[in-house]
Formats: sequence, structure tokens, C-alpha cells
Amino acid sequence: MKRLLLFMLAVVSVFVLFGCDGNGGEASGLSEDKGKTLVIYCWNEEFKSRFNDYYFNEANNNNMLPNGVKVKWVMTPSEGNAYQNSLDEVLPRNDELGDDEKVDLFLIEADYALKYVNSEYTLDIINEVGLTQKELENQYQYTKDIVTSSDGKLKGTSWQATPGLFAYRRSIAKEVLGTDDPVEVQKRLSDWEKFEAVAELMKEKGYYMLSGYDDAYRPFTNNISQPMVKDGKLKLDDKIFEWIEQTKKFTENGWNQRTTLWSETWAQGQGPNGRVFGYFYSTWGINFTLLENSLENPDEPAQVGNGIFGDWAVCEGPASFYWGGTWICAAKGTDNLNLVRDIMRKLTCDRATMKLITLETLDFTNHKQAMKEIAEDPEYGSSFLGGQNHIALFVKAADKISMKNASFYDQTITEEIQTAMKDYFDEQVTLEQALENFYKAFQEIHKNIEIER
Amino acid sequence: MGEKKETKRVRAKRVNYSRYGYYFIAPFFIVYCIFSLAPLLMTFYYSFFEYYRDGLNVIGPNFVGFENYVNLFKKGDFFQYFGNTLLVWIIGFIPQIVVSFLLALIFTSHRMKIRGKTFFKTVMYMPNLIMASAFAMLFFLVFGDTGPFNQILIDLGLIDEGIRYLSTVWGTRSLIALMNFLMWFGNTTILLMAGINGIDPSLFEAAEMDGANSWQVFWKVTLPLVSPIVLYVLVTSMIGGLQMFDVPEVLTRGTGGTNRTSMTVLMYLNRFLKTRNYGDSGAVSVILFILTALLSLAVFRLFYQPERKGGGGR
Repeated sequence: MKRLLLFMLAVVSVFVLFGCDGNGGEASGLSEDKGKTLVIYCWNEEFKSRFNDYYFNEANNNNMLPNGVKVKWVMTPSEGNAYQNSLDEVLPRNDELGDDEKVDLFLIEADYALKYVNSEYTLDIINEVGLTQKELENQYQYTKDIVTSSDGKLKGTSWQATPGLFAYRRSIAKEVLGTDDPVEVQKRLSDWEKFEAVAELMKEKGYYMLSGYDDAYRPFTNNISQPMVKDGKLKLDDKIFEWIEQTKKFTENGWNQRTTLWSETWAQGQGPNGRVFGYFYSTWGINFTLLENSLENPDEPAQVGNGIFGDWAVCEGPASFYWGGTWICAAKGTDNLNLVRDIMRKLTCDRATMKLITLETLDFTNHKQAMKEIAEDPEYGSSFLGGQNHIALFVKAADKISMKNASFYDQTITEEIQTAMKDYFDEQVTLEQALENFYKAFQEIHKNIEIER
Repeated sequence: MGEKKETKRVRAKRVNYSRYGYYFIAPFFIVYCIFSLAPLLMTFYYSFFEYYRDGLNVIGPNFVGFENYVNLFKKGDFFQYFGNTLLVWIIGFIPQIVVSFLLALIFTSHRMKIRGKTFFKTVMYMPNLIMASAFAMLFFLVFGDTGPFNQILIDLGLIDEGIRYLSTVWGTRSLIALMNFLMWFGNTTILLMAGINGIDPSLFEAAEMDGANSWQVFWKVTLPLVSPIVLYVLVTSMIGGLQMFDVPEVLTRGTGGTNRTSMTVLMYLNRFLKTRNYGDSGAVSVILFILTALLSLAVFRLFYQPERKGGGGR
């Protein structure tokens, strides 16, 4: 028995020794731009394609990466918090990692931006990375507010701004409202009261005004009057209750199709067989998600004739909002700081590049001057939106966005309140029970936050 | 003297062999200690600590005694989810054991002499080969609001509008139970068939000769003799059932369904892992561990009591 124990001990210690050797041997403190590998953490292809098309640009033989620097993409899907988990695992020990592993750039989304912005693992864009205020001046203020830390440091930068609009079906507008002109349609939808009146008209003709429960969430909650978590206490804003009340009304009156966000039915409503009048969507949603869902045959070219391509248009709707957006952060411990600075400069501050991105991809980029030029161009229009110049509307909407009431808890609030309220809208529980479920779910994730009812 | 030497040699030989035996089993025990026993003990240990993340900041570990347990009992959610788990397991297990018995009896019956037993066994076992999460994803899509199942019902003219299965308490629970049933009845059938085949055929013949009908043969001969197998099935299924996770997690997208009525204990535990809350999740694990042990013991007792009484004579 003793021998057995000794043997086991020996084996265990071999494991331990090897373990130590693997981790501790690496020399830390590589000086700036010694890195031969640029490591980028992200959750989907979006930034990768922007990077490849407008920075790296291999196809044009315009390889701007300093010789010998490889780009390594570490892509982890957002589902089930997997992406954040991967970041949380690696960032705290970024200094100790080897060149091939060390994170240089990583991407974050608005809903949880503050988690990383307020941490020590992101570099100050101005004082540490080295972009100047002058270079950043053409970015929309709200895109800077989201990624400004509590002590006033700018910790990220974005190539896109994501103002939201109401996207509607032209054919349905013509049939029900007698016009599909965005200006005229906007007049019918300019506040929630009018919006509801139109919803009733839609129902009479057999259409749904909105798809489901979560569609109007952001137009309400982006207009809250103060951060929902303050001094360690959660207090739901009145706007949340307005959203609940309105959605309940829409559901009871049959003005929506009772779907949840991203569900199969929700997406089908945007396609050729859809019976839904419109969706609240932001820039990327209109040009990527909506466009894809509108096609009859996704393998054929996206053009008029394929599904309901061209049958959509956008207007401002009853409330201004934004949705989503991706920011680039420089990771503390990066060994490619000069390269990181150059990427940020080129992709998020350069007028020509950003204008080109908008013209080629329909994405709305974060450069006021460039966007203004496109907005004022009478020649410009999106064939998907029936020739409408949507950039002009986005420019107007982007100026109205205020982000000063965002909090680090917004992602949890959004996810959990939508889940909890679904039961209420489905008539399975009372409002009180649904709220109770929300508070419960919230505290399972943020146990140190008190609830103020 | 010579005799003594002989025994010594024999003994030395034996020691030698057993040493090799230990070497052979050592890898398992080493791996078990590192990857199972150590985490198990750590779970107990951390359940007495406040230890989680707030954003990127690690809070703790601070020793808090039984606070995690007290909170858990105070909130009371745990018992609701434990009840959900038990309920969903039972409504899946009852059809599972009934159908499995029926199939096992049919396949082992001398009178029926079913052909192609191996084929049927394979087919019945099939659902178990699919990953549970993939299976759940499939059900999620098939029973979606505008999914194929509703589409078929509408096409057949049975309903006018799609049924929203996953938006109701019993729709969700039934689907989870149905999936568990489909995944496990084949496995149980094969176990029971093995058990029934292991019974001495002369017992059946004797019973028949004495004029017992099939019903009596089943209750008086088959069931008592396969009861160890039934016990095994019951206990393993219960332990598995109490740890139910992937099917309801995927089917309800981690929300626990309507009003959290399909949230299982492990799904509850999983919610704490989002913030790496080792303290609270440790407490949940420990209580689940104790409850599972108690329930298994209770089932064991229940099944073995009659036998002990019978064999009490000595």
C-alpha cells in the first residue's frame, strides 16, 4: 500500500513539474512591436472581413501589415456567454503569454462594453495607444461615451455607428396607408399613439404591426432617464414598464405575431411569406439580417426579384434608439502596439476608408463627415430599400442617440427581462410573478446588487 | 526447512503478481483522483466561501460558513427546481419502464418467437446514440411555433393555428419527458431482456404446467427474479434524471421554460457559473449530492426489504 502511494505521488509530482515548466518558463515583458503575431479575439466574421478588405487587403497586393506579422483570429461564438468567458480566461494573464497567444486586439459589444472598459485590461486609446483627439473628432459622440471608463478614459473605438430605424414593407404600406413614401409613412408613425392607430389598421387588413414581444424593447429602453443600476441598487426605469404595457396591449389586440427575438417565426416574418409590417432594426440589422431574410433563395444574387428584395424602406419611427455595434479594444500587454494604433486609425478614423466601407457594404460608418457626404449625394440609394438613401436618415438618427445612461448590467437586464416577460405576454403568469422571476434571475448573476422595487 | 522455503517462494510470487495488479489499476485511480475526487472535495470546500466574479473582478474567496446554504434554503428556489427535476424524470420514467418491460417480454417470449431481434434492438437503441443536445435542438425546431409538426397538423386540417408547445408549462415538460423516454427506453429494454433471459426456463415451464396464465407468470415469476435489474435501472435512471441538464437546457434555451417550471437543479447551478460563483454553485452541488444519495438509499431499502424478511430464517 505504501509503495502504491509512493508510486502515485511520483506520478502526480511528474504532472505538477511538467505543468510548472510549461507555464512559468516564458519570458515576459516583450517590448513594443516585437510581436510577430497579431492576435485578434472576436465572435463572428464581421470585423474579419472589414479587416481583410480594408486593412490587410491581400487581393490588391496592398499588404499593409509590417513584413512577417501574421494575423491570428480567435473566434468564439457569443452564445451562452462563451465569447466573454474566453476573454475573461485570457486577459488577466495576457502579460505572461507568448507572442502567439498574447491578445493584441479584441472586440466588444455595447451591452457589456463597460465590463471591459472599466477594467485594467484595456488600454487608453488616447494616452496609451496614441490616437489623438483630433483624429477621433469625426466619430459620433455616443460611440465614444459607451466606451469611456468611469474615470474618463476612452478605452475603445469603432468603425460603425448603429442608429436604429423602423424598417417597413413598401407593398403593405401602399395597401394599408395608401403610400410607401418614407416621409409620409413617418408622419403616420411619429409617436406611439399614432403607431398604435396604424397597428389597428394593419390588423384589419390581416397584417401584424410588429413581429413579437421584444421588437420595441430598444426604442423604449434607449430613452431611459438614468442608469438602471446605481450605487449597487437596481431600479427598473419607467420606460421598461412602458414597453411591458405596450407589448401586452399589442399582444392582446393581435397586433403582433407573438414571436421572440431571433426565433424562426420572427425571421420568417421578414421573408416573402411574412405578414409583418415592420421591424425596429439598426444599421447592421437592415443591411445584413433583414436583407438576408428577405430573399426567396439565399443562394441566388441579392437583387430585385429575389424574394422581397427592394420592398423594404426605412423611417425614423416613434422613438430614436440604437442597437448593437462593435468596438475594438487594445489589450493590455499587447506586443504590437504600433500596429494596433495603425489599424484603429485606418479603420475607425480615416475618412476615405470609412466612406468606401459604407459605399461598398451599406454599413453605416462612424465618420460624421464621410456620412454627411453620402447623405447629401443625390445619386446615392440602396436598391434593397427601393432606392432610398438610408444614410441620410441614419445621420439624423445618430445625432440623437444618448448613451450616458448605459450601465454594465444592461446585458443581463435585457436578456432576463425579455425572458421573464414572455411568460406574462403569453398569459402564463401575472405581471408581479414575471417581475419576481426577473429579479430572481438578475440576482443569480449579480448577487451583490440590491433590488429596489 | 525445505517446506518453509517452499511457502516463502510461493508467497513472494503472490506479492509480485499483486504489485503488477496495482500498476495496472493505478492509471485509473490517478486520473480519478485528479479529475474527479479532487474537484469533488473542492466543491465541498468552496461551498463555504464567497467566491465569484463581478465583471472581471474576482471577489473572494472569503470564508462565510454556512451562509451559502442558508441563503439557498431561504430563497427556496432550489426545492422548486428539485421538484421540477423529479417530476419531469418521473413522467418520463413511467412510460419508459412500462414500454421497456412490454418490449422485453415480447422479445423474450417463447411463444411469439420474434424474428430479427438484433435489428429491433439496434433500432430501439438508436436514439441514445444521438447527442442529447442535438436531439433537443431537433425537437426545438420540430415543435417550434411554425415548425414542421404544426405544419403537418395544419395541413391535415386538425388545427387552424400553430400550437405554441414551448410557451406552456406542460408542453415543455412533456417534450422533455418524451425525449428522455425516447432516448432511454431502448437501453432499458436491452437490460431487462438480458435479465429475463437469465432466468432459468424451467421456472416458466413449471409455472405453465401449474396452470399459471401470462399475467400470473409475470407478477409471480418474472418480476421478482428480475427485480435486481429493475432496481439497477431505477437507481441509475434516477441518478441520471436528477442530473438532467442538456435536454431542458437546449430546449428552453437555458430559461427553464414558462415561469421556470422546467428548470432543473443543474440548470440552476449552471446559472451561477456565468459569474463563476463557486460558492453558491458549490452549495447547490452538495445539497444535490446529499439528496441523490438519500433517495438512492431509500429506493434500495424499499426494494430489498421483502427479500430480507424472506431470508430472515438464516
